[in-house]
Amino acid sequence: MTHFTAAATFAFFASIVLGITQRSQPRQMVRYGIFCFVLFLAVVIVGSWLMRLIHA
Amino acid sequence: MGTRVQTPPKSNEQESSEKSHLVILLAGWLIPGAGHTMQRYWLRGVLLFLSVVSMFAIGLAMGGKVYHPNTGDLLEMLGFAGDLGSGSLYWLARLADWGSGPVQITVADYGTKFIVVAGLLNIISAVDAYSLANGRKRG
Repeated sequence: MTHFTAAATFAFFASIVLGITQRSQPRQMVRYGIFCFVLFLAVVIVGSWLMRLIHA
Repeated sequence: MGTRVQTPPKSNEQESSEKSHLVILLAGWLIPGAGHTMQRYWLRGVLLFLSVVSMFAIGLAMGGKVYHPNTGDLLEMLGFAGDLGSGSLYWLARLADWGSGPVQITVADYGTKFIVVAGLLNIISAVDAYSLANGRKRG
């Protein structure tokens, strides 16, 4: 399993739980879950590029 | 001199409903999603169960470590607290001796984090079920 696959799997399940628990209406839960998932992945991608630039 | 504020005595009905809320909290901790299914939030309960159990199982499959009670390193103690959040999954892993091998590869370290976070997410979902039961959160 690559780091990215692990991070995406982590983001997927964590986003489901955060979506359900942090919002009260089903529609808001879905939107917040998607928001968390995208944010998790964005942080991973941006962080990875930053680390690559620091090492270069 | 301080003034004492007397709280009115609780009725039997209030006490029994508080007990049932605590049962929901405990059930949600022991079995992921059980607190929600007990309140007939079937889909939420199933999704929470699948998410927490999958994260825990994937963590074990990656060779992650299951922490034991300890008084050593602070991170080990925090890891144990996180793992304990998985409720029955944690005790099942301990009984079956899963996750007791040494963490020697990077993927196994990711697995350890999966297991800890599964526990923390389970605590969040149990508290959410409790909030739904006592009316602090609208369903």
